[in-house]
Amino acid sequence: MIGEPLVRREDLRLLRGKGGYVDDIDLPGVTYMAAVRSSQPHARILNVDTSAAKAAPGVLGVYAAADIEAINGLWPQHLAHSSLKMAVQRTLPVDKVRFTGELLAVVVAESRYQAEDACELVDVDYDPLPGAGDLHRSLDLGAAIHEGIDDNVAAHFTQSTGDVEAAIAQAPHVLRETFTMTRGGGHSMEGRAVAARWDPALDQFTVFDATQVPHQARAQIATVLGVPDEKVRVISPPDVGGGFGPKAGMYPEEILVTWLSKELNRPVKFIEDRYEHFLSCYQEHRQEHSVEVGYDGDGRLLGLKDVFLHDTGAYAPSLIVPLIAGTTVPGCYRIPNIHIEFRAVFTNKVPCNAVRGAGRPQGVYVMERVLDHIADDLGLDPVEVRRRNLIQADEFPYNVGLTFRDGSPLTYDSGNYPGLLKMGLDLFDYDHQRDLQRKRRAEGVYRGVGVSIALEGVGIGPFEGATVRVEKTGRVTAVLGAPPQGQGFETTYAQIVSDGLGVDPDLVDVVTGDTSTIAYGVGTFASRVMANAGPAVLEAATEVKDKLLRTAAAMMEAAPEDMEVAEGEVRVKGTRIGVAIAEAARLANAGAPGVNLPKGVVAGLTSTSYFNPSSAGYSASVQACAVEVDAETGEIEILDWVVGHDCGRIINPLLVEGQVIGGVAHGLSNAMYEESIYAEDGTPLTTSYLDYPIPSARELPRLRLFHQETPTPLNPLGAKGAGEAGTLGVPAMIATAVEDALRPLGVRIHDLPLSPGVLGDLIAEARDRGPGAA
Amino acid sequence: MTGTQTVAFVVNGEPRSITVEPRTLLADALRTDLRLTGTHLGCEHGVCGACTVIIDGRPVRSCLTFAVQAEGREVETVEALAGPDGELNSLQHRFQQHHGLQCGYCTPGILMSLTSLFRDNPVPTEGEIRDQIQGHICRCTGYQQMVDAAVEEATTNAGEAR
Amino acid sequence: MKPSAFTYHRPANLSEALETLGRYQDDAKVLAGGQSLVPVMNFRLAAPEHLVDINRVPELSGHEVAGGTVRMGALTRHHELLSSPGLRAAAPLLPLVGPFIGHPQIRSVGTLGGSLAHADASAELPGAMLALDATIVIRGPSGERRVPAGAFFRSYFTTALEPDDILTAVEFPVRRDRQGAAFREVAARHGDFAVAGVAAVVTLDADTDLIADARIAAISVADVPVRLSAAEDVLRGRAPDPDVLGEVRTAVQDVLDPPPALKASAAYKKRTTAALAAHVVERACAEAKREAA
Repeated sequence: MIGEPLVRREDLRLLRGKGGYVDDIDLPGVTYMAAVRSSQPHARILNVDTSAAKAAPGVLGVYAAADIEAINGLWPQHLAHSSLKMAVQRTLPVDKVRFTGELLAVVVAESRYQAEDACELVDVDYDPLPGAGDLHRSLDLGAAIHEGIDDNVAAHFTQSTGDVEAAIAQAPHVLRETFTMTRGGGHSMEGRAVAARWDPALDQFTVFDATQVPHQARAQIATVLGVPDEKVRVISPPDVGGGFGPKAGMYPEEILVTWLSKELNRPVKFIEDRYEHFLSCYQEHRQEHSVEVGYDGDGRLLGLKDVFLHDTGAYAPSLIVPLIAGTTVPGCYRIPNIHIEFRAVFTNKVPCNAVRGAGRPQGVYVMERVLDHIADDLGLDPVEVRRRNLIQADEFPYNVGLTFRDGSPLTYDSGNYPGLLKMGLDLFDYDHQRDLQRKRRAEGVYRGVGVSIALEGVGIGPFEGATVRVEKTGRVTAVLGAPPQGQGFETTYAQIVSDGLGVDPDLVDVVTGDTSTIAYGVGTFASRVMANAGPAVLEAATEVKDKLLRTAAAMMEAAPEDMEVAEGEVRVKGTRIGVAIAEAARLANAGAPGVNLPKGVVAGLTSTSYFNPSSAGYSASVQACAVEVDAETGEIEILDWVVGHDCGRIINPLLVEGQVIGGVAHGLSNAMYEESIYAEDGTPLTTSYLDYPIPSARELPRLRLFHQETPTPLNPLGAKGAGEAGTLGVPAMIATAVEDALRPLGVRIHDLPLSPGVLGDLIAEARDRGPGAA
Repeated sequence: MTGTQTVAFVVNGEPRSITVEPRTLLADALRTDLRLTGTHLGCEHGVCGACTVIIDGRPVRSCLTFAVQAEGREVETVEALAGPDGELNSLQHRFQQHHGLQCGYCTPGILMSLTSLFRDNPVPTEGEIRDQIQGHICRCTGYQQMVDAAVEEATTNAGEAR
Repeated sequence: MKPSAFTYHRPANLSEALETLGRYQDDAKVLAGGQSLVPVMNFRLAAPEHLVDINRVPELSGHEVAGGTVRMGALTRHHELLSSPGLRAAAPLLPLVGPFIGHPQIRSVGTLGGSLAHADASAELPGAMLALDATIVIRGPSGERRVPAGAFFRSYFTTALEPDDILTAVEFPVRRDRQGAAFREVAARHGDFAVAGVAAVVTLDADTDLIADARIAAISVADVPVRLSAAEDVLRGRAPDPDVLGEVRTAVQDVLDPPPALKASAAYKKRTTAALAAHVVERACAEAKREAA
């Protein structure tokens, strides 16, 4: 079944409106939590007066920092790094607020409407402090956002290979440019959502959490509540309305909802609304990359130095975004000398954490822009410059010389970048596109072509686990620790079990994201689950098959190696003689009380496997597009678009296609549409979809998609990851194509995202400079 | 009155009566009072389209409609689409075949908008399909596969009309 | 994002609606399509104590074309601008503007009167009313008033309407012979509020084919929609050749002083509005000739 385009079983309930998202779960007696959030980007908290709110109709309780001391100690650092300074974070801030939207107090009431009414009655006195809405202002702020970190630098990290200074000093050509890019939020259509109930008989919490990382959420909640992990059961429901990274973070609402369910002895629910998503859900902010690149007269890269600033917002739960951005820069190109250095800077904005791509789109954009500039400088075709620098298909494993975010050497496992590029250019018909461009230019139309190649570190560890068991009904259950947010786990993992065990995939039930069903799990992020949980599932299924064959063989007094699984039975090979799987399972899983199992029957047709990869694998993508730009209005029209993708072995091509196209849409949004904008002091200016455009079906052009499969040697499935590769190359490609279209005017693009207004002004400036001035 | 008010309307073909505050959004009334949780709230300001239902034959944002406004109206939600035994209708089936949904959160609203389109125009062009669903945000799919599903529906309708 | 509590009123006719508004004055808001009001209430940026739902007031619905005048009831839904053949013939500008007003689901319920009364400076219909030379019909406690569109819009979200008034209809002249219309806008996404947008209605002289009269209106360049009179003056008695269109651009650039928006500078809005103006004039002239042919 691996490799088959099976349609999804999940769809049956989702299409009928019978999904079970957190807010759909029927919790008798449920109460509603709403949030009082900071209206200030940076201010001392003088007083929080909750008295009027407490007296409001329907209110069960109002809680500020003073009311939750039991759960308001310092939070553990989410993901430590040697260069990351410890910044204080608590469930609710005690002394000051550091971003507009920071949670200050919560109200629990009988309805969400009443809870919001009472939130308006909470009176907060602030003493405003100077705030920083961007990197540079923060570095010059003269006020510490976190006490003891006076320069507002959360981390300063450098890594290098070779001798970049010498390489650049000796290079025949040197390029120095600065490229900046701002991304935005996750904008899953379902916001964050968490509901908890407390069982007094067991003193146990059940937490329904639309999280990408249920086991991590359990650890965080248990730690902050000061209870053992076993007292907290976190369930990421089978239906979560998208994740895209931000739902892999830890949030105070998860702690509060859980704790309050016991305080009030009522179920408590928090549903993040869209306004709160803009204000309080993790985003990716600005990066500013200053590159120095040495190259020879043929356009071959000799040395690359990238020093960048990363805006980490008001807290730095981790450094994954800048770490990944930096290690993504070298991409699929041979660069003998590399120096990557960044400073992560605190600002008074919602904290930064990974959003689909997680720093990679920025890294790809930097490298691809560098290659375009080299092509320009040397008068070469930009594709030819890329071709000359590509790592070749026979060079794997290829060690870049840096360390990836997973702690392992940045070593590419497998791939065929020249092959992927060629397939892409052939499908795109690159030469024809260049002809068309010349023709349209002669007609006075600004038409351009953009090509980008992107590598994505995927399938990072530490591990993922799975249990597979044969039930006495004859059905098979596969339990995963990692939860889906729309990826179709119930279908794809059934395909793997089907191959491992030899049963029809329709007989396999996939259970996900419930900490009570599997001891350990890491979570769904970084395009990692298939490369971790896939091999675990396959191994567990294979082991269970072995137990099943041995059990059936014993029942039939045959040899296990003579048995096979077929049509719901375990049979003697090549015959129709056998026992039903259900029968074998009834014996092996239950037997008869007090009676010994027959010799050879394996007790318990179940197996649990954990798979830990030795390092990340690397998926690749190539994209090419043709655009036309209206030089008067700055509007961009995409006329053709080809995407090629290599994520190793494909388990379900129908679903991978969906992942790639969806990723591409996110990338296009980052290139041309969405952008979180803040005032100088950190006040957010884009807090609704009226100011924050996400493209619709009108904006998304039709893509032409193709696949290359270079299986990874890092796991027995050969699968890499498909969740983000579509996103990565789009901003780079759009910048390249638009710059190419406007070459007659000399427009240069150094900052993304574009908008008609931004591009229109760039065009006007170029026209003012006059032709050829660029 | 600011207290509560009784609203009598038809939901998915059945007369229903609920008692709500006037400020109760139709989406909340459907989800909470009638337990029709297929209608989702994604932005509550009329842009994302997840909450779209059909009222008196036209696709409407149920987050921008107060339940009291539905008095005497006919409301259709995603729960009305499948057959009595839960079998998917033709459009739903095509969404599954083409992988037109991923997380599924935006899907009910999109299905309702397309249902309304196909009633008015059984053979829309791809452009008309994209125009109709431009009022929806899907963050997962990039729309292409759901557009393919709707195009196939239109193509089949055209064949049947011939 | 749940609205504050309010008292709900559903008058059965216009006099009852006016009476209710008169009683509560500033504490009351009219609920028409609700596609602008309800979002603002959900964000709790507005919390009216009384909502007067006029959706079932019969006097406010429907449109008619009679005696050289088009009369459109305030409750005309945006989708009707696209679907009514009568309107299409009498006011070709409206089906051109219609597709840019929000999205199909918004157009199902959003109303003409609501859009004008809301008076968002970047909305399409207020600009269209200027280009159509429309008259806004208002009923208040002292009877009916008729206000030219140019005098109706006062500032951001502010109009000639008093708290106890209801906008009942708009009226404008039926399309004349050799008259063409065009509309174009730039927005972040299709259907979003305009960053820049221009509507034009141009009438050609029957004998000379030169421009006899042009009405051009821009949106999103000031606190109210703006008539581009200087450009109209340039065009009178002339043909839309490149030189003249160049003059139109200059004339537009000279008079505008738009406020910047997020990701659209004042200079961008000025330049783009000028370019759109030239573009729609050219297209409207072509339409006028096509209709005549």
